[in-house]
Amino acid sequence: MAICMAAISGVTTAMAQDSTLTADTDSIYSLDEVMIVATRTSDETVPVQMLSGEKLRSLGTHSIADAIRYFSGVQIKDYGGIGGLKTINVRSLGSQHVGVFYDGVELGNAQNGIVDLGRFSLDNMESVSLYNGQKSAVLQSAKDYASANAVYLRTKRPSFATGKNNNWNFGLKGGSFGTINPSVLWEHRISDGISMSASTEFLYTTGRYKFTYAKQNGYDTTGIRQNGDVRMTRAEVALFGDIDDGYWKAKAYFYDSERGYPGAVVRGEFIHQDRQWDDNFFVQGSVRKDFTGYYSLLVNAKYAYDYLHYLSDPRMDVTTMFVDNHYRQQEAYISAANLFKPFSWWDISLAADFQWNNLDADLRDFVYPQRYAVYTAGATAFRFGGFRLSASLLYIYVHDMLRAGSGKIDDRHNLSPSVIASWQPFQDIDLNFRAFYKKTYRMPTFNELYYTFTGVSWLEPEETVQYDAGATWNIIRPTGWFRGLDLQGDFYFNQINNKIVAMPTSNQFRWTMMNLGYVEILGADVAAQAYFRIGPVDISPRVSYTWQRARDLTDPTSPWYGGQVPYIPVHSCSATLGAAFRDWSFNYSFIYTGARYESVANIPENYSPPWYTHDISLTKSFIFSGWELQATVLVNNLLNQQYEVVQCYPMPGTNFMIKVNFIL
Amino acid sequence: MKQNKAYAILPVMLTILLSATLSCSRENKITPSSGSGVTGGSETGAIKGFFLLNEGNMGSNKATLDYFDYETGVYTRNIYAERNPDVALELGDVGNDLAIYGSKLYAVINCSNLVEVMDASTARHISDIQVPNCRYLAFDGNYAYVSSYAGPVDINPEYRRGIVVKIDTVSLTIADTCTVGYQPEEMVVVNGRLYVANSGGYMAPDYDSTVSVIDLATFEVIREIDVAPNLHQMKIGGDGMIYVSSRGDYYGLQSSTFIIDPSTDEVVEELPLLQNSDMAVKGDSIYVISHSWSNITLDYKTGYAIFDTRDRVTVNRNFITDGTESEITTPYCIAVNPENGDIFLTDAKDHVTPGMIHCYGPDGVRKWSAVTGDIPAHIAFTHKRLESL
Repeated sequence: MAICMAAISGVTTAMAQDSTLTADTDSIYSLDEVMIVATRTSDETVPVQMLSGEKLRSLGTHSIADAIRYFSGVQIKDYGGIGGLKTINVRSLGSQHVGVFYDGVELGNAQNGIVDLGRFSLDNMESVSLYNGQKSAVLQSAKDYASANAVYLRTKRPSFATGKNNNWNFGLKGGSFGTINPSVLWEHRISDGISMSASTEFLYTTGRYKFTYAKQNGYDTTGIRQNGDVRMTRAEVALFGDIDDGYWKAKAYFYDSERGYPGAVVRGEFIHQDRQWDDNFFVQGSVRKDFTGYYSLLVNAKYAYDYLHYLSDPRMDVTTMFVDNHYRQQEAYISAANLFKPFSWWDISLAADFQWNNLDADLRDFVYPQRYAVYTAGATAFRFGGFRLSASLLYIYVHDMLRAGSGKIDDRHNLSPSVIASWQPFQDIDLNFRAFYKKTYRMPTFNELYYTFTGVSWLEPEETVQYDAGATWNIIRPTGWFRGLDLQGDFYFNQINNKIVAMPTSNQFRWTMMNLGYVEILGADVAAQAYFRIGPVDISPRVSYTWQRARDLTDPTSPWYGGQVPYIPVHSCSATLGAAFRDWSFNYSFIYTGARYESVANIPENYSPPWYTHDISLTKSFIFSGWELQATVLVNNLLNQQYEVVQCYPMPGTNFMIKVNFIL
Repeated sequence: MKQNKAYAILPVMLTILLSATLSCSRENKITPSSGSGVTGGSETGAIKGFFLLNEGNMGSNKATLDYFDYETGVYTRNIYAERNPDVALELGDVGNDLAIYGSKLYAVINCSNLVEVMDASTARHISDIQVPNCRYLAFDGNYAYVSSYAGPVDINPEYRRGIVVKIDTVSLTIADTCTVGYQPEEMVVVNGRLYVANSGGYMAPDYDSTVSVIDLATFEVIREIDVAPNLHQMKIGGDGMIYVSSRGDYYGLQSSTFIIDPSTDEVVEELPLLQNSDMAVKGDSIYVISHSWSNITLDYKTGYAIFDTRDRVTVNRNFITDGTESEITTPYCIAVNPENGDIFLTDAKDHVTPGMIHCYGPDGVRKWSAVTGDIPAHIAFTHKRLESL
């Protein structure tokens, strides 16, 4: 362990020195030795990382969560297996501070504020991007400004070869955990300006895998993960249209699943029986039009219905309490964003969003909350030569109504500003320095406010403040064996005020929520991607590294004051190596997550050892006239490491997957 | 020139990966105990020390056992794992009760659904007895009695009675079970009868309000005494009466204490002002701590009372005399050394970090404090010193 820390922190130190000196041009050239950073997104003035196309598919075996793990500054909380909850935590601010946008519109969950990334397959995904702060586009909805960090999932937009009006892709995936996953994608050109895409997939997995818990000179026990089965159907239809100086798109999404909860593995209790059924449905649409060169309009609208049924039945397992709850959420959302361009160097935008949420549940003493929220954002951006500056101000107004009970909730108002600056000192070198400041508020979720065990609690929104400074450097070479290098590195300091913390009441089973916490996070993210062409072989290695000191500074009298926040490793890194040769492509990927603690009490009892996995995949394309066959073999966790991301939730050992796509 | 440097990326990367892989793969040790001297050591009577069971949060497998030794004055945290390296996943998930009977130490591990039986002088594992959703212990003659929420499931699974399981303390096997009220908690044995406090906690707000009385000769319920909703703790006072606590409903109905006369099986007195989260008996005194949550005020009420069973009055509302109660966040468990009157009070803090144990003299002045495991909750005094490893 000591050795590996030294190896990694050696790189950090070197990097840290270089990055702090990046104002000095001499030291810039030494950056490539320690190779920082990533993707070709130099138009952005905030840190952004993107995976797209084949690279995305070669990294993600099952879901987009598998791919997002490779971004720097990210921790995926993974409860294991295909069905296990997977949430993203960016720069230690917490998963509820990450906005997840699906084709431009945010995926909501007013009940708990968490999006399960394990549910989004890579099947029809074009790209996954992570923005720290916010996207620096000026024409965007007010909600694009509202999260501390944002993930944008973009599905494939149809494109057709000349003379072709239909594209088909039939896929079949199967492998470990008794998994079978057929899928169909159909793209159709309706007219010159309008196209359609329809995709559907079905997935079944038993979710069974072997796990081992062993201690040196001690016990060695093996079990089979049970009740992790998932049956899922997803169907999606999208329409894309062009209009004069603009476009429109519309989408309907349906997801239906049944799954077991594999549960915590504790002494004497390896098998659980509780189950969950989900139905998610949404329709959304967007229109964008430029009216002259001076004014553009973007309108987004969405309606979503989410149903969740949870059942824990003592007839299946005598130890449990009977719970049979149904939750129904609805969301309606409309947004209008306006962009004014009085001069070529000056943009002004004004966006207003309205959102309504409703939650019904068959819980005792439930208060049936409804939420009306208005988001208004004003933003402006200037560009003078290589210098760019943008600033935004977001105003959030939230009004909660309870349809039962006597609780009265006061309205909430919050103003959150952001300032983003970037500077490209040399016109012919794609080297950019950047910095941002951003404040955001996260409204308490319905669960935090109205969970019946503790009644209605008064909570302030959680506040985050982010400061970031960094640099990107992109090199492109059109010829030779060295084709390019993207480097990116950032230092950041974050604060979380009024952090919502669960506190026990009189006994273990009853908790209440309080605005108790204060957390400070100091971190550095670096990522580097290089491109080589050696003879006929394209090689693209990518590495990312994150250092984070996330300290809980809630209570100065606590003996654990200043402890590292649970589940945040000080060091984490990932590396991937892609190689393509004619119709073969190969990918190797490695993830390392350093030691963590399961509690803010950083003591041996709460120590969670580091883990790492090696994954490989190999793809071969067979191209015939008019059709193509792609076959992929993936092997994950090559060394069969037994590890946990979340305590008592063992992760799978070595597992494999075979994928065949028939493209017409 | 830069290009050559860029080419150096690959070996650097491979070196990092390899060293990370090789050096990080072999650290999964049993967590050792950790001890610290909290007193200089003292003369002992028959009581040589005590074990403390830390509950640990649900679903975390973090129940741990601590030990305090009077002679050396050393408080040792987390002794179970290193003494029982072969027991898979250590002590288990949520320690709910602890007792010594004969030469054995019994720990009820609620969410591991078992009663762990150890040798009281070594804390080494002897056996574990599967009892689903087990809660509390009582003993009489050759038998241990364990209350459990997991009774038979009827047509409506929402209303499900609990059971008491009778365990032979020699063979350590289950001899019999008896269905009692809903979600039974603590028990006492008086004159060949087992009194069981039923909570009905799974049916909130329709709590159970009865004490089930089991005739131990036939192991059948002979009576249900109606007391108050959401019963929890039960002790026999110095006056031979049964003292039982109600948790209240966390809304309008507050926690309180009731007295049952076992000669008539009737409630003889309600003590509405004696809020009760845990109690300990010494002679004619009952030490009662309270830390009750109200969903109405959204706050706790805390108290440290002494109830005199002779006059049936609360003689002291704050037995801590040195002002140190302000340092206690979440009073959780109390025990009193029946010999020297030492008062042991635990603080569960925020339930997710280690708690504290404080020792007060009979005068209410703090003698020492020690850090415990997560949620220090159950104390068993021992007459045998724990053998060192």
